[in-house]
Amino acid sequence: MSAHTHAPYEPVFVGARKQELDDVLKRYPTKMAALLPALWIVQEARGWICEQAMTEVAAQLDLTAAYVKGVVSFYTMYHQHPVGKHFIQVCTTSPCLCAGADKVVDAFLEHTGCKELGVTSADGKYTVIEVECLGACGFATPVQINLDYVENVTADKVPQILAGLK
Amino acid sequence: MGYPHKSHPRETAVLSKYFGDAEARTLDGWKKRGGYRALEQALQMAPADVVNVVKDSGLRGRGGAGFPTGVKWSFMKIGDGKPHYLCCNADESEPGTFKDREIMRWTPHALIEGCAVGAYAIGAETAYIYVRGEFTECIRRLNDALKEAYAANILGANAMGTGKRIDVYVHSGAGAYICGEETALMNSLEGKRGNPRIKPPFPAVAGLFGMPTTINNVETLAAVPHILINGAEWYKAMSLSSPKSTGTKLFSVCGNVARPGNYEIVMGFPFKDFLYDLCGGPLPGRKFKGVIPGGCSVPIQTMEEAEATMMDYEGFVAQGTMLGSGGVIIFDDAQSIPRMTARHARFYAHESCAQCTQCREGTAWTTKILDRIVAGQGTFEDLDTLLEMAENMTGKTICVLSDSCATVVVSALQKYRHEFEALITGKRSSSVAATPGAAA
Ligand SMILES: Cc1cc2nc3c(=O)[nH]c(=O)nc-3n(C[C@H](O)[C@H](O)[C@H](O)COP(=O)(O)O)c2cc1C
Ligand code: SF4
Ligand code: FES
Repeated sequence: MSAHTHAPYEPVFVGARKQELDDVLKRYPTKMAALLPALWIVQEARGWICEQAMTEVAAQLDLTAAYVKGVVSFYTMYHQHPVGKHFIQVCTTSPCLCAGADKVVDAFLEHTGCKELGVTSADGKYTVIEVECLGACGFATPVQINLDYVENVTADKVPQILAGLK
Repeated sequence: MGYPHKSHPRETAVLSKYFGDAEARTLDGWKKRGGYRALEQALQMAPADVVNVVKDSGLRGRGGAGFPTGVKWSFMKIGDGKPHYLCCNADESEPGTFKDREIMRWTPHALIEGCAVGAYAIGAETAYIYVRGEFTECIRRLNDALKEAYAANILGANAMGTGKRIDVYVHSGAGAYICGEETALMNSLEGKRGNPRIKPPFPAVAGLFGMPTTINNVETLAAVPHILINGAEWYKAMSLSSPKSTGTKLFSVCGNVARPGNYEIVMGFPFKDFLYDLCGGPLPGRKFKGVIPGGCSVPIQTMEEAEATMMDYEGFVAQGTMLGSGGVIIFDDAQSIPRMTARHARFYAHESCAQCTQCREGTAWTTKILDRIVAGQGTFEDLDTLLEMAENMTGKTICVLSDSCATVVVSALQKYRHEFEALITGKRSSSVAATPGAAA
């Protein structure tokens, strides 16, 4: 995308997604409580949460855009920037580290061509990050790729896992 | 059924009985296995009577603190005219802990039933299950099960045809360990940053949306239907250390061990048998070095301590640690305790919500100093500084995340000081293998 073209912002909350938000709102006594679910809807639709989306969410829930941004920035799973098509999160907390998680990280960095943590590969396909405990420590090393867990990952299985990603 | 292993003959499978049994996920399958009889029974009892059965059973909170569940429920004043709420804590982010995940993904109806019974007992019409955002499979399974439960009128405005309203909703978190702390969880559910609140007021007085609220762990709530169906005496009898610690407990086992996974045993089980028999002992050619038995936030045990432990709330305390969440992390002789401790500290520094100075600064500096020691650039003064900082991080903050970081560091320094000293003097003992990545 050229830096000169500013595609007009298309609202997220129209049609089925507006309906989804309306259904979510029925579960809570306050509108604010629908904020995390609303942000999930945005991220699912767009892959990340841009400033304009924050403004849109704020308007939907009678909040200010600054408030929404404050909440977005607290939670590690909301992306404030675009990420690779396959967002690869490797747990390296101590229980996985002692089972060799650091070698799994290295293998992903090498085989995706990302080289560095948090950097998206040149072809836009991959971003690799380290995360804290994924709650699957008995299946070391667990790796979350977008929404799904891949378990018992060892460095030698990484090329095969990457080949299996669509 | 065990998962990922078959049940060991010395396990007592109550909560884990259907792990690995995909049919148990559906409403029909669950009903065939006795599901929703407890809810039916509860709705015919007075709420106070449900609370009393749970009180008599001796069930204690499985989320970490071990507070008696029935007593917690009795703090909720029924008939005060306010909406009451039940929050199920499914944030499961304590390193080493992965039991609630198996309950939710194999037996989602077990948790939903537990939530419905719990909500009824505390006078709540609404229960929220706050699941950590990473657990997308759990969220999907729970939502599928909820759809079935609503369609069958088990939940909703006329729960099980009794004219009572019970709603259960799933709420997804978005990545933050601190949201497992109960008041942070409530803030997060309300659509705020997940900062813990100053207590008092306690949740039973002013919790979610300012209303009386009870928070319980997944495993706690999943145990309740079994207690109602089989009785308090049955639950108490399933223990080698009744009446103080009763029932079964799920222990998640990870780290350097032959058979990692979840094991369900009765309270009071000998830890030595657990480690060497159930979990299969160390990996070939290795020896166990130390165990953190209750999720990363409890003191590490030496093998001498661990092998003398009876697995219940009192037993772990008697051997220098705590039962905590039941996440058993095992390190063998190929691991460096300083390196693991530095990584623990990094976890707390990353997860601190940064409201309290002692925690924000303490966790960050502790990490920096430990990394320096692991990189072979530490000094003996660093060890004193770590202990001083730990003291300043204990008992002074809004929640106990700060205390947890201190506990982990102090216990490692007390019990494995020689490994830290060896790194400082440059004389790494052969049991402290090189620590790849530590200097980075
Ligand atoms: C930093 C921190 C993290 C916590 N994380 C969890 C958690 O992930 N799951 C949980 O059930 N309890 C967690 N707790 C404990 C809860 O605050 C609370 O005591 C528990 O959910 C109560 O349920 P129970 O009485 O059934 O154990 C955490 C506590 C602290 C201080
Ligand atoms: S102790 Fe740490 S995590 Fe807890 S409230 Fe204070 S800053 Fe936040
Ligand atoms: S420490 Fe890696 S999943 Fe828990």
